[in-house]
Amino acid sequence: MTELKLPSIDYAALAPILIMLGVALVGVLVEAFVPRRLRNTVQLTLALAAVLGALTMVILNSDDRLLTAGQAIAVDGPTLFLQGAILVLAAMALLLIGERSIERGGAFVAHAAVTAESPDDRRQAEGASGTTEVYPLATFAIGGMLIFVAANDLLTMFIALEVFSLPLYLLCALARRRRLLSQEAAMKYFMLGAYASAFFLFGVALIYGFTSGIPGRTAGVDFATVHAAVTDSPASPVLLFAGMALLAIGLLFKAAAAPFHVWTPDVYQGAPTPVTGFMAACTKVAAFGALLRVFHVAFSGAAWDFTPVLGAVAVLTMLVGAVLAVTQTDIKRLLAYSSIANAGYLLVGVLAPSKDGLSGTMFYLVAYGLSVLAAFAVVTLVRDADGEATHLSRWAGLGRRSPFFAAIFTFLLLAFAGIPLTSGFMSKVAVFGAAWASGNAWLVVAGVVTSMVLAFPYLRVVVMMWLSEPGDATPTVTVPGALTSAALVIGVLATLVLGVAPAPLLDLANGAAEFVR
Amino acid sequence: MSNFPFLSVLTVAPLVGALVVALLPRRSPELAKQVAFGWSLLVLVLSVIMWITFQADGDRFQFRESYPWIPNWGVNFTFAADGIALVMLMLIAILVPLVILASWHDAESSKRSVPVYFALLLVLECTMIGVFAAADVFLFYVFFEVMLVPMYFLIGSYGGHQRQYAAVKFFLYSLVGGLFMLAAVIGLWVVGGKTFDWQALSQVDISTGTARWLFLGFFLAFAIKAPFFPFHTWLPDAGGAAPAGAAALLVGVLDKVGTFGILRYCLPLFPEASRWFAPWALALGVIGIIYAALLAVGQNDLKRLVSYTSIAHFGFIGVGIFAFTTQAGTGAVLYMLNHGLATGLLFLVVGMLIARRGSALISDFGGAGKLVPVLAGVLFFAGLASLALPGTAPFVSEFLVLIGTFTTNKPVAVIATLGIILAAAYVLWMVQRTTQGTLNPALTEVEGMRRDLTLREKVVVAPLIALIVLLGFYPKPVTDVINPAVRATMQDVGRTDPAPTVGSVQEAAK
Repeated sequence: MTELKLPSIDYAALAPILIMLGVALVGVLVEAFVPRRLRNTVQLTLALAAVLGALTMVILNSDDRLLTAGQAIAVDGPTLFLQGAILVLAAMALLLIGERSIERGGAFVAHAAVTAESPDDRRQAEGASGTTEVYPLATFAIGGMLIFVAANDLLTMFIALEVFSLPLYLLCALARRRRLLSQEAAMKYFMLGAYASAFFLFGVALIYGFTSGIPGRTAGVDFATVHAAVTDSPASPVLLFAGMALLAIGLLFKAAAAPFHVWTPDVYQGAPTPVTGFMAACTKVAAFGALLRVFHVAFSGAAWDFTPVLGAVAVLTMLVGAVLAVTQTDIKRLLAYSSIANAGYLLVGVLAPSKDGLSGTMFYLVAYGLSVLAAFAVVTLVRDADGEATHLSRWAGLGRRSPFFAAIFTFLLLAFAGIPLTSGFMSKVAVFGAAWASGNAWLVVAGVVTSMVLAFPYLRVVVMMWLSEPGDATPTVTVPGALTSAALVIGVLATLVLGVAPAPLLDLANGAAEFVR
Repeated sequence: MSNFPFLSVLTVAPLVGALVVALLPRRSPELAKQVAFGWSLLVLVLSVIMWITFQADGDRFQFRESYPWIPNWGVNFTFAADGIALVMLMLIAILVPLVILASWHDAESSKRSVPVYFALLLVLECTMIGVFAAADVFLFYVFFEVMLVPMYFLIGSYGGHQRQYAAVKFFLYSLVGGLFMLAAVIGLWVVGGKTFDWQALSQVDISTGTARWLFLGFFLAFAIKAPFFPFHTWLPDAGGAAPAGAAALLVGVLDKVGTFGILRYCLPLFPEASRWFAPWALALGVIGIIYAALLAVGQNDLKRLVSYTSIAHFGFIGVGIFAFTTQAGTGAVLYMLNHGLATGLLFLVVGMLIARRGSALISDFGGAGKLVPVLAGVLFFAGLASLALPGTAPFVSEFLVLIGTFTTNKPVAVIATLGIILAAAYVLWMVQRTTQGTLNPALTEVEGMRRDLTLREKVVVAPLIALIVLLGFYPKPVTDVINPAVRATMQDVGRTDPAPTVGSVQEAAK
């Protein structure tokens, strides 16, 4: 019997992941042992401390370029940059999740098991303190995302995918109001997500088959083996293409790219708004982090084969997002379609197989995440007695009622539209420049044309807010509590600063833009 | 003094002023107006000093400044001005204080904040100065796009009838052009070796096919901005809906960014493509001259009428640029200045009339000259300047454009000349229907119409009238500044003026 050799594990490099998952477990214990009235404070503090601790470790590790845990985890520039991005965005999202002063009891349901629309349900909606399980759930999800962007083989990636997806499905179902919508969203997300995971797993199996038979190597799904197999494998390339396609479907689903985007508007609309913000920012970073690693590291040898297909997906995504955004009448659905279109722009960056492409995409992810979280923070504030007023017609004349918040939202919309002096413009230039430089000028043209279409829905909201007269139905903007204010200030300032002086973050992304193989 | 960072200070100063004005309490509109006016005067003084410091026979680009911005992409805050930019900067500096003075009571009629209106005007001034002063393509693009935002709110929040529709149309049209230009800017950056510096890019050899596409990207943005036929449909709406002061800046300066962009970016960076596309551009120009003039004749709304006259004038400027002779080019640049003065004046005077009458429809006027003789006189003068009567400044430029074009392209020059006749038709008919003839009895009922020009309004129109007359008789100070820049641009395109031969002189004499 051969002796089992244990892989060496660099615990310091894995510390961010371990901290998040460890604190998530502690969070579960807190649910069991800490009295109810203290739980919210304890949980929020714990979760924020975990995120900050993990972020500190990421910063301390910032010079690491290594493979660890039997080559299952890569701690390199992109990993650390994206982990840092996820943690910063997650901290903002946690602030939104923890907000209790805007609505009595917070944005989450008090008893998730109560039948929706029943008298009990109405009672809990009146102001019972919201469930605090959201914090361990969110912490688990963040931990999963940290593994997802660091995974150096397809199986680890799959497990990470499940670790961050399952809590998200639950989180979507926990809205305090409009619970049927929320539960429907969670169900949809879960069903379609399960399909996508199955596709991903099937893809892993096919790729495993493809890697067998290379002289001097055993079969495996770590990226080094896959990379070698792409050029050397004696197996039929059909396996490779089918495997790549199935993997891409799994990842593009999470990234909300067309034609795998159909869940996005429903889920974004139904989920509690802080969770929507969390998904729009952090899930995007995680999904694109994985896409970057899979296509830049594992399959880089097949770039000629996947670029046209993924390019077509990118164009379709941008088109679908932009065109359907025009017809939306609900602000959360509008932002959902805008997020789909942005997934298209990000794909344009992913398809530039260069350092610029990698750093541009990473810059885009951070810039977009910060803006979109701020935008959803504003959405949580515009409300009336029945909760958030998300129908666009209700936003008419908001500029008169609350010029300050309307101005902030206008600025964020201008950023989404890519007007200069906002981070949105800089990130578009970053990915388009990289794409053109690597010969994908056609993607740039498609991106520019869809940006024109996409400007219209944003502008419509601006017109609604400023140029329309306020009606009786125009809600007021609730004064945000300290937590939401903090998230809002961070998001808006970052949108401005990254638009005016993007050089430091670009430098950081540039320095990080190299994968360890 | 020549080391003073004129251009960056000029760009930043209005922005600082805008912040000051915006932070003033909403309850003290008078103070906001005074501060805004004072600030714009400051900019004017600075611009005058810059004009004096500029050496007409010196380097093509002067007052060059450069500070790093985004080193990863080779983006710098580079400012530099040639003669063409200098003239446009001067035009901005002159127009903005007058527009602020002319709009003294405009914002009060809307329910919006008065200080914000003046702050927006100053922000607009900052972006307009920036766009002409930039010598870095990226920086130029940033100002080009940001310029839309203050104008959008000026039209949308403070405009008249159909302001929402006009504001959105203006924004979307400009954004569409801008985004095509963004693609071209990125392409230029890639083929130019990852630099945005204008001077470095003008040395780069770009393959013919690529250059033509990039040219199209830039040209489309500028043609929409200018606007040339058939991209002009936003201007009458925007000009008709904007408050008169903003409209004067819109057609007086903002639209010049289009023609300026063609001169600064399309021609020198893509000379071969410019020559290749020149026949098409000339055709657009000529169609614009005739078509817009015909539409202007048929307008019943004063502001829309003036907007259409502008489109016709932009046709002239386009013809002047793409004729590729120094004479025509100088004429075109001079036209940009003179059109800013003449049409700016026309818009402001028309605005004064409309503010009195409470209506922009020509049919609501009639014989107004009997009630407000001085105002009617100024309107008549502005109209005459606009139709390029000899003795007014626009005549010089129109004449230069026509003779410059005649040497290289006779049919275009001949057709364009027809535009002058149409100009006479729309101006004189408009003046006749509003201020002359029998007095419209309804006018006497309107209280505003009993008040002739106030002192403030006289102060607004006097400098413009003086400049129009002065430059009509003695344009040399301006042409001296423009000429070297235009000659350099024409050299960039690779066209030299045809030598005057006896034959052509005789032909011209026939």
